[in-house]
Amino acid sequence: MTINGWAQIALFCGLVLLLTRPLGGYLDNVLAGRRTFLSPVLRPIETGFYRLAGIDPAEDQSWWVYARAMIVFHIVGFAFLYLLLRLQELLPFNPQGMSAVAPDLAGNTAVSFLTNTNWQNYGGEGTMSYLSQMAGLSVQNFLSAATGIALAVALVRGFARAESRGIGNFWADMVRATLYVLLPMCVLLTIFYVWQGVPQNLSPYVEATTLEGAKQTIAQGPVASQLAIKMLGTNGGGFFNANSAHPYENPTALSNLVQMLSIFAIGAAFTNLFGRAVGDERQGWAILAAMGLLFLAGVVVCYWAEAGGNPLIGALGVDTAAGNMEGKEVRFGAALSALFAVITTAASCGAVNAMLDSFMPLGGMIPLINMLLGEIIVGGVGAGLYGMLLFAILAIFLAGLMVGRTPEYVGKKIEAREVKFTMLAILCCPLAILGFTALATVIPAGLAGPANAGPHGFSEIFYAYTSAAANNGSAFGGLTGNTVFYNGTLAVAMMIGRFAIIIPMLAVAGALAAKRKAAISAGTFPTHGGLFVGLLVGAVLIVGGLTFLPALALGPIVEHFALLAGTLF
Amino acid sequence: MLRHFRASLVMLVLMTVLLGLAYPLAMVGVAGAAFPEQAKGSLVEKDGKVIGSSLIGQSFAGETYFHGRLSATTDTDPADSTKTVAAPYNAANSMGSNLGPTSKALIDRVKEDADRLGNGVPVDLVTTSGSGLDPHISPRAASWQIVRVAKARNLPEAQVQALVAQHTEGRMYGLLGEPRVNVLQLNLALDALPKQ
Repeated sequence: MTINGWAQIALFCGLVLLLTRPLGGYLDNVLAGRRTFLSPVLRPIETGFYRLAGIDPAEDQSWWVYARAMIVFHIVGFAFLYLLLRLQELLPFNPQGMSAVAPDLAGNTAVSFLTNTNWQNYGGEGTMSYLSQMAGLSVQNFLSAATGIALAVALVRGFARAESRGIGNFWADMVRATLYVLLPMCVLLTIFYVWQGVPQNLSPYVEATTLEGAKQTIAQGPVASQLAIKMLGTNGGGFFNANSAHPYENPTALSNLVQMLSIFAIGAAFTNLFGRAVGDERQGWAILAAMGLLFLAGVVVCYWAEAGGNPLIGALGVDTAAGNMEGKEVRFGAALSALFAVITTAASCGAVNAMLDSFMPLGGMIPLINMLLGEIIVGGVGAGLYGMLLFAILAIFLAGLMVGRTPEYVGKKIEAREVKFTMLAILCCPLAILGFTALATVIPAGLAGPANAGPHGFSEIFYAYTSAAANNGSAFGGLTGNTVFYNGTLAVAMMIGRFAIIIPMLAVAGALAAKRKAAISAGTFPTHGGLFVGLLVGAVLIVGGLTFLPALALGPIVEHFALLAGTLF
Repeated sequence: MLRHFRASLVMLVLMTVLLGLAYPLAMVGVAGAAFPEQAKGSLVEKDGKVIGSSLIGQSFAGETYFHGRLSATTDTDPADSTKTVAAPYNAANSMGSNLGPTSKALIDRVKEDADRLGNGVPVDLVTTSGSGLDPHISPRAASWQIVRVAKARNLPEAQVQALVAQHTEGRMYGLLGEPRVNVLQLNLALDALPKQ
């Protein structure tokens, strides 16, 4: 570990903190439908969209109507994307003549992008036409992110409103998040990325003759425009197979910094939006503090593990001062690779700038743990906040049990209905992860997947279902996932991870919105201080730890001890 | 339900036109006008022919060139399209090795290279990059190769050393990333030296 490495980590954290409040204020304005500096340009487009789609943006939807609109939008989006991938061979913008995507892969990919997961059982430059990338995958990158934002603001309204039947309008939230937040930021980011070297063209792949006279085919495409939303929307699906490790998809340390910032920007800002909505910004900072503690703990362990290098390689007379460089790029080194890995799994992004499969056992365990905890450390755009608020409900409920009072959180009494739905949301993910992992480790179709033998092979399977159910999309990439078994089971895990959280979460939002605001009294447990932050972190760690420690012991932990003993697989 | 269906359909079509066509195509136009070199992939030409991209590493095996990272990229087996074969620096199929830290295949491969390259070889010369297309090596990895290249080209070591120093890029703004040497550009500069 170096001073420079820590300085870069500190710089990143500082910039996130600087962005949180201004962006939170902007999000608050946009999602409340207030006028912003972009309104003169965008308001006509927004109202035009509502009119053509027959939507009344002022209609206040109950949680169930809100959920239905969201689900139908997903179904239509799935059908459209599936057809586009199946038909890409016949459609324009296909200079490489990519053939139709196979049915099981197209289905898996469509679910993957609809659910903001971006798990990829394909390599972009070998599978997808430019039209599929632009009009299929990129569009769902925007819409799944906008949906996450919409859902989070719906839950925030549940806390902020009193005796209200409705939690907002899905269409208005989704359209506003897309037009006023995601699109303008992506335009600026695209131009920045191109400046740094990311291609943006529609040309066929370039045929080069190298200095030594060999032929090299260099993939091209509209990379920058897709990269911008891939990071900002915490989608993470690479234009290229190697994702943000590819020098075209992340050419410089500066493009790397901006990519890391765009993963966290909206998620962090959402904590501030929450604070504003409940009338006390300190509530938002408390949530962010809990996230920050878990984040920093992950960074320390992951950076330590990667910077230390692989002792088995050091023993061969190799100078490993630069750390564990298998699967890493020289321009990023151990520090930025480790930092990126922690960020991308703390949020539900899943983009990578180094191959996580080749991380040290404990270095690779941190991304895994981040996802297992529910991606509540900043988290996906919107998804991180609603995930963390569910844990806040649980934490406050536990605190209430300890002192024997009905718990309250930001003025709302937390009662049986909310706690039941919260537990439902929190328990569905582990069920999908552990259930499918257990299945895949005993049947031949599952055991055919891993590329590595021994505990690392188990980790590859465990990581895959964790990533799918957590809607992350990063991978221990050695796993051969493009089989009917993995395409199918991973798609189911992704759907459980999305809908089995969203629907109970909206039910909680509806139940909270209908409640009266409780008056703050001397007996109210303050939820903006260190005690609450500690309680929240504790609830996250206890639930995650109790659920997943046995599985972690079978994978990365046993591999770590095997490594120390010099055992190879 | 039907109401939501109609709204979904119309909204998806509108969003696809805006986000899936207008946005990326406009960005192609803007990028091509503002940064034409980068937008086209930072291609490098020599004598009017494209010899690669300054951002994309390429394979160097000859004694007279500096070598880059190992690359784990593959290509379709020409004999059997269901199989793949090793094809280093295949820029149409980026990938890493995905070998885990306790993989026997990894340790055997590193041992073979380390034995050949000598004790104390920098780790980036015996490991595959994440993309398989890493255009850079560390300054130490470049220094490690100076003696070999100078000998093969019959150049004074000091001259090659000076060239390496000239092509060593520091951290961006003194802070971001790691110091590095672009292998293609260094080798191009080697080829551009007057013949001895």
